[in-house]
Amino acid sequence: MSLAETEAAPPDQAGQAVSAVKAPKMTARDANVHYGDAHALKHVDLDIGTNEVTSLIGPSGCGKSTFLRCLNRMNDVIDGCRVAGDIRLDEEDIYHPSLDVVQLRARVGMVFQKPNPFPKSIYENVVYGPRIHGMTNSKADMDEIVESSLRRAGLWDEAKDRLEQPGTGLSGGQQQRLCIARAIAVNPEVILMDEPCSALDPIATSRIEELIDELRQNFTIVIVTHSMQQAARVSQRTAFFHLGLLVEVGPTEEIFTNPKDKRTQDYITGRFG
Amino acid sequence: MPSSDHIVTSFDQEITSLNEMIARMGGQVEAGFADAIEALTKRNSETANRTIARDVEVDQLEEAINDAVINMLVRRQPMADDLRFVFSALKIAGDLERIGDHAKNIAKRAVTLNSLPRIEPAGSIPRMGRAVQRRIKDVLDAFNERNATKAMAVWESDTEIDNMYNSLFRETLTYMAEDPRSITGCTHLLFIAKNIERIGDHATNIAEVAYFLITGEKIEGGRPRGDLDETSSYTTPTERTDARA
Repeated sequence: MSLAETEAAPPDQAGQAVSAVKAPKMTARDANVHYGDAHALKHVDLDIGTNEVTSLIGPSGCGKSTFLRCLNRMNDVIDGCRVAGDIRLDEEDIYHPSLDVVQLRARVGMVFQKPNPFPKSIYENVVYGPRIHGMTNSKADMDEIVESSLRRAGLWDEAKDRLEQPGTGLSGGQQQRLCIARAIAVNPEVILMDEPCSALDPIATSRIEELIDELRQNFTIVIVTHSMQQAARVSQRTAFFHLGLLVEVGPTEEIFTNPKDKRTQDYITGRFG
Repeated sequence: MPSSDHIVTSFDQEITSLNEMIARMGGQVEAGFADAIEALTKRNSETANRTIARDVEVDQLEEAINDAVINMLVRRQPMADDLRFVFSALKIAGDLERIGDHAKNIAKRAVTLNSLPRIEPAGSIPRMGRAVQRRIKDVLDAFNERNATKAMAVWESDTEIDNMYNSLFRETLTYMAEDPRSITGCTHLLFIAKNIERIGDHATNIAEVAYFLITGEKIEGGRPRGDLDETSSYTTPTERTDARA
C-alpha cells in the first residue's frame, strides 16, 4: 500500500485511534485545525495520561506541532488559524469563552525547539513567570522559587554562582534547561515540549531526557520529537500523526515493536518515500 | 521474503543478506541432521563424518549472523517488523547452532554404534528422525514464507515427538533389562533419542520466534508437551518384579 492510497482514507476511519488512558489529564475530541483553507489537523481524538510522557511523532507537516499548540491555545495567536473540537484540561473546556488564556498557559507550560531565554539574568528568567502571574513579591519566596526550579531542571549546581549573569551566556543545553526551569517556576500541571533537543548535542540531549523522566513524577509531559529513538526512550505512550490525522496511538513499546497500522510501520522503519 | 522498500537501500541489502544467511544455515543444519540419521540407520560412518565436518560451517554461519545483527542494531536501530526480524534472526541462529551440535553428537555416537552389533530399538530412530526432520523443514519454510499458520502448526506438533521419545525410552529399557550385553549400545541410542527430542524442542523455539516475527504477538498458552512424568517414573520390568517380591 503506497502513501497515495492511504491519503484517501476517510478521516473518521483513520482518526478513530482513540487511546485508552486511565484518568487522562487532558483530552481532545474531534480536534480540527484550519490554517486558512488548509485542513491541518483532522478529527483528532487523543487522551494525555496524567504523569505520563506522551510523545507525538510523524513526518514534517503531519500536524503534531499543530496539535501540541492546541493544548495551551498557542494557535490562537496565528493569523487565519481556526481551532474546532473539544479540548479539555481536567475535564474543563480550555476553549470556553470564559476561560482565562493567561491562566491556562500558567497551567500548561511550553518549551520550544530553540532555547529562548530572555535577554535577562538567569535569576530574572526564572522569576519572570511567577512575577507576571503575581504568585509572589517577596525576595525570599523568589529566591526559593529560583533555587527549586533550577534544581528541578538540573541546572542549580552549574548556575548557582552566576545567577546574575545573562541567561544567554549559558551553553545551548544549559539554556534549554533554563527554559525548562522557567516553565516549571510557575508550577504548571502540563509541560509541552516542541522538539526540545533538536538543537542540542547528545550529552545535553541525554541530560534533558533524564530530566524529562524525573519531571514526570510531578508533571504531565507532551513532547513532539523527530527522533524516534528519543520517543522510544522517554515516553510511555506514543502517538503517530500523518497528513493531519492521528493514525495510531498506544504504549510506546507496542508502537515500536508491533505497530498496528501500515503507515506507522512504514514511517518508523524508514520506508516512507 | 525479506521486508523491503526502505528509503536507505543498503539497509534492504543487509536484511536480504541476513535472510540468506539464515536460509543457508537452515539448509546446512537440515542436511547435517539428515546425514546423522542416515549414518545411524545405514550404519555408514562416512556419512557421519560429513555431519561432523558440516557443523564447522554451521558454527561459522552463526558467528556471521551474530556480527550482522550487532552491526544492524548499531547502525540502523531497527524498529517494528525490522526489529522483530533482527531479533528473530539472532534467536533462530542460536537454535540452529544447537540443532547442529545435537546432529554432530548423533553422528559421533553413530560411529560408535556402527562398531557394535546392531540393536533392535534402533529401528524406531528413523521414524522419530523423520518426524523431527519434517518439523525443521516446516518451521524453516514458515520462517521463509512468513507463514504464521505454518509456524503455529509446528509449535502444536511437539507432543508427537515427545510421545515417540517416551515410547522409545521404554522400549530401550526393556531391551537392556532383557539383555545386559546391549547396555552400551542402548545407552548410546538413548542419548541419540534425547538429542533428536531436543532438536524437536529447538524447532518449537524457532516456531515461537517465527510466529512473533510475523504477527508481533507471542503464542498464547503453555507449550504442548508429552507426558514426561511417565518417563521419569518409569520402572524396568526387573524393578517391577522386585517390588512385587
